[in-house]
Parts: sequence; C-alpha cells; structure tokens
Amino acid sequence: MPEGARKIRVTCEVNGKPAALDAYPMARLLDVLREELGLTGTKEGCGEGECGACAVEIDGALVNSCLVPAVHAEGAKIRTIEGVARGDRLDAVQQAFLAHGGAQCGICTPGMILAATNLLARHPEPTDAEIREGLAGNLCRCTGYVKIFESVVAACREAEPQP
Amino acid sequence: MRSYLPAYELAAPRDLADVLDRIAREPGAWKLFAGGTDLMVLLEAGKLAHKNFLSIWKLPELRGIEIATDHVTIGALTTYTDVRRNGTLAGEFPLLARAAAETGSIATQNRGTLGGNIANASPAADSPPALLVYDAELEIVSTRGTRWSRYDGFHSGYKKMDLRYDELIRRIRLPRARQAWKQYYRKVGTRRAQAISKVCFAGAAQVDAGRVSDVRLALGSVAPTVVRARETEKLLRGERLSPSVLRAAQEVLAHEIGPIDDMRSTARYRRRVSQNLLAEFIEMLSQ
Repeated sequence: MPEGARKIRVTCEVNGKPAALDAYPMARLLDVLREELGLTGTKEGCGEGECGACAVEIDGALVNSCLVPAVHAEGAKIRTIEGVARGDRLDAVQQAFLAHGGAQCGICTPGMILAATNLLARHPEPTDAEIREGLAGNLCRCTGYVKIFESVVAACREAEPQP
Repeated sequence: MRSYLPAYELAAPRDLADVLDRIAREPGAWKLFAGGTDLMVLLEAGKLAHKNFLSIWKLPELRGIEIATDHVTIGALTTYTDVRRNGTLAGEFPLLARAAAETGSIATQNRGTLGGNIANASPAADSPPALLVYDAELEIVSTRGTRWSRYDGFHSGYKKMDLRYDELIRRIRLPRARQAWKQYYRKVGTRRAQAISKVCFAGAAQVDAGRVSDVRLALGSVAPTVVRARETEKLLRGERLSPSVLRAAQEVLAHEIGPIDDMRSTARYRRRVSQNLLAEFIEMLSQ
C-alpha cells in the first residue's frame, strides 16, 4: 500500500504542441495548465464543476479542468482558450463576443468561448434551445446572459463558410 | 480547504485484470476513480477521506454499448454523453436519455459515468430512478468471477451497497421490455439546468383499455437511497385510472417515501412535489 504519491510525467498535446508535465497524479488539470504551462487564460471560478470558468477541451470534448486529474491528461489532446484564435485571427465566436458585448469582467469569458466553440463544432446551426443548453454549465455574474446568447447567435450567422 | 496533493495516489493500471488483482490483494486499500466529477469536488473541498485510488477511466473493458435482441448492455464507464448519442437508448429508454440530459452540464456529461452514478450511491443521483424503472441488472466482477445482481435492492442504505471490497461494477443490463409502456421522467431542482434534484420521479406503465396492467415508479432525493415506490405500484396495478385512484395512490406514496429537510429542500415540499409528479404521470397515462 502506498504512502503518498510521487509526481508523474504526463505527456500530452496542448494547443497543438507537445507538452511534458510533472505533476502529482491527482493535481487538477486547471492548476497544471496555469502553473506548469503558464496558460492562465483558463480561470478558476467555483472549483467544484458548477461554473464552467475552467472549461477546456480534451480530445474534442468540453470538460471542467478543475475536475480532471493530471493523470487523465496522459496522451490527450487539450485545447485551452489560448488555442482558439489562429495566430492573430480571432475565431468567429471571439469576434462576435467583442462586437456584441459578450464579455464584461472577463472571468467567465474563456469558458464561455470554449463552450460556444464546442457547441458550434457539434451543432453548426444550433437552435435557441441548443445554445441555451450548450451554455448552461457556464455562469456569468455580469452580463445577464442576453449579450452572450446574442454573441453566439451572431457567431453562427457571421461564421465564414468552411472551405 | 484544499487537500494536500502529495497525500493522494491515483494509479492507472493498464487493464481490468490488474485492477481486480490489486483490489483483491490489498483489501480496502484502494478505491476506484472513474470520471472524477464527484471525487474531485471532495478533493478540492478537503473532504476526500480516502487517499489511494485506482483510475479505471481509460479501461476499454468497461466501455461500449451492446444491443442484443432482448436486452441492451451498457459498460459502466458509459458517459451521459454516450447515452444521449446512442440511438437505441434514446429511442427505447427515453427515461435514461432524459436523466443523462438533465445531469449537470455538457462538461459534466462528458465525464460523469453511469457506473460512477451507481457506485457513488447518492440518493439524489439522476440516472438510478430510470434504471429502476427499466429493471436494470448489474454485472459485478472480481478475481473470484462474475455475478449478475438486480439493481433494485443494490443500495441497502445511505451510501451502502451490495459490493465487496474486491468487486467492481462492469456493466449494466436493461431488458428491452418497455417499448409499449408509457414513460415519464421529471427532475425538480432549483433551476432547470445544472442543479441537483430536490425530487426526481421516473415512471412507466402499461395501460390496456384504461386499466393499468403493470407499472414501475422510482424516486430520487426522497429517502436514504433512490427507491422504488412499491406500495404505490401495487395500488395502481389492475386499476382503472380515475381521480379517486389518483388520490389513494398519492396517499400511499406520501407514506412510503421518507424525505428529509436538508440544504436543498424540506421534507414537506418533497412529499408534496412527489404527489404532484405522480398526478402528472397519471394524467399522462390517461391521455
């Protein structure tokens, strides 16, 4: 029976680049991303999977990184808010949040953007109900949600047709 | 306060045989860790008492949904998202699909598993009422072999279950026997999304010419475990639906559940809402 844990080496891919991380196996992916990789765009809100501020994608699936232990990142492809824009070119969702006032204080914004881009990847032309469901796990204390909802609607409308 | 991380081991055995071997060899030393949506919350709150875990999240032996002629078998690590995306489950087991859609958010649904929902043993879990209505059975494995156990009765008390230290829930089997039944699921929480239930009600009944020939009712958050409402079922079986039958059934239901006052609701509210949900279910049957 073990007496405590040692740090493990986790190899994965973060925003398209290979990464090797040393972390305690139960360390939250949220903390590993922020503290080991300096990717501080991912925010901590509640720390208990309720608010979505720490949302990232693992192998294309939206997750709350506060609930993912480091050991589960082994071999995974992770996308954080830093991986959403292509160079200086913002994603249609980011552009729409700028244009339609979808961000105020900014703490929920990275998670909101990830939830919205993940939704649009699954449903390129979402219904209102699908947008609401796609964002239901992300809490915002500033906007009252209407401008966020409108930003996502605008992003669908303005998204460039994929080649 | 956050837990001290170096105190927590989370090993990742390479296959199921390795997991079973370790939990058999070191009784009580290891607990199993699946999607982590409950355990990681306890860790952050400093309330994760057990220290040594084996991650089963990536074991292929615990995944997959198999459709046979007379039943569907679901791997314990099937996530809520997997349930929602499976055509057979969504079509023939709408209560399970609905429970999956109402559990947490998309992010939670991508990580939370049916096996975890059972083994975590919360009386407020969303999928167990549906599993009870569908007469689910559990495949339980250990180095000693395999046994099948009815899910009904698996939970014997608050957080207590019929699972030895060396056993693991591998699969869940649902008979394909409810297609002709009318089915109903409703979860009542503080908000429509991302809330833990105050009361959760799943029901299904076979109605022939206005008479209930068979019925299953199961509720969450009204007792130390998720429960079948057996007495209420007994009263309804064979009855012709009418306002007086409904009133009698509501009376029996109020007595056979045992809700409590807690941070999410009160016993009185839960009892009343359970009766109201029963009324809505009966009304649906009458249509």
